[in-house]
Amino acid sequence: MIWNWSFAWSIVPQLLRGLLVTFEATILGSIVAYILGLVFAVIRRSRIPVLSQLVWLFVEFVRSTPLLVQLYFLFFILPDIIGVTLSPLVTGVLGLGVHYATYTSEVYRAGIDAVPRGQWEAATALSLPRSRVWTSVVLPQAIPRVLPALGNYAISMLKETPLLLSISVLELVGQAQAAGSEAFRYVEPFTIAGVFFFILSYPASVLVRRLERRVQRTH
Amino acid sequence: MFANFGHFLSVLSDGLRPTVELTIGGIVLATIMSFVAGLANGARSVVVRVIVRIYVEGWRGTSELVQLLWIYFSLPLLLGLQIVPLWAGIIVLGLNHGAYGAEIVRGAVGSVAPEQVEGAVALNFTPRQRMVRVVLPQAVVEMIPSFNTLFIQLLKATSIVSLITVPELTYQVKQVLVPNFGGQKTLIFVMVLVMYLLLSIVITVLMRWAERAAARRIGRRPQRRRPLPDMDTLPGNPIRDLNVPGGA
Repeated sequence: MIWNWSFAWSIVPQLLRGLLVTFEATILGSIVAYILGLVFAVIRRSRIPVLSQLVWLFVEFVRSTPLLVQLYFLFFILPDIIGVTLSPLVTGVLGLGVHYATYTSEVYRAGIDAVPRGQWEAATALSLPRSRVWTSVVLPQAIPRVLPALGNYAISMLKETPLLLSISVLELVGQAQAAGSEAFRYVEPFTIAGVFFFILSYPASVLVRRLERRVQRTH
Repeated sequence: MFANFGHFLSVLSDGLRPTVELTIGGIVLATIMSFVAGLANGARSVVVRVIVRIYVEGWRGTSELVQLLWIYFSLPLLLGLQIVPLWAGIIVLGLNHGAYGAEIVRGAVGSVAPEQVEGAVALNFTPRQRMVRVVLPQAVVEMIPSFNTLFIQLLKATSIVSLITVPELTYQVKQVLVPNFGGQKTLIFVMVLVMYLLLSIVITVLMRWAERAAARRIGRRPQRRRPLPDMDTLPGNPIRDLNVPGGA
């Protein structure tokens, strides 16, 4: 028998436990990516000598190299640098968050660039302090229109969390692999894992598309 | 610090070959799938369109690593044949990124000005001539920057094939170098990351060249704009238009 229903049902609870970890990693990773990406974008836009260029270099470097290698880097080298061993999940969240922050920083940048020049000039004319210009004028206009793109990245991240199994985080696919190697049956666990991803990401992407249309209408 | 540099370089060079094979094989398959599925979107037959949507949404909706493990572990059981890990990698990379590429092709074809198609109709072009001689030459210029991003994503994704024991760059680092030269981990990681960076620069240089060539063919100069690093935010998305100076 290629597909064994009773085995499939028996591993569902284990996979759901893994799904919970996948959720945790995605939500925490997204939060890191959204905050850090904004920081990158604002630093680059502020044209602070040296710092802006360093951030640009970092963003380009991280964006052009594989997440999996970055995860290994954090897993093997970070403990030596900071002197504490972080749990695999925290390491994974950091890796996902920083990697995706380089993507979201581009999204924010596009949003900031789309704020009309006149808005900046008006803020200068009103002699608003720099921090007020960002928090009260530019970002409130820039962020709403990039929300769909940010949502898309959360969905992409959800689909990349399985890479954390390589640093021994037991998320959905890690649990599927564990269940599979115990019984030496892989068809059921990996198929169910795939179905779970689809059930989550497809409706999410439909929602983002709807949000996209709404944003397009209002701008 | 640099004691074993030469040795590391030779071990990593061994891994370079499978990485390049996976990248090129993946790019070829992904490009074919992108055009087949992207153009089939405009087919008259409902059956064809449904099949294309199932392919695109199915491959985009699930995780690439799950697809890889599924093909590697389950396909042999279902078909009764063992699949060479390298080929499993190329197939998954190609089919996965092809599903994203199909949306790029669809978006670019849809973005060609309707007057162009009307003009071709007025000149009595057959549907095939309209596509090959009028729509595609213009759409290709539009899609190249997005394909550049897609191919770099594909290059980065080749690293996951290390998890099914293909001895590419990441595998050499994780299974060969780090266990034996733990004291020089930092150097090893910097070297492999720089190699990936160089490979992605090669892709970008080639694609820029292709973009210029394609634009020249239709008598246009390529505009310098950078697409976002994700396929979900490509043509048909408001974000891309935000990149155009003075747009939105």
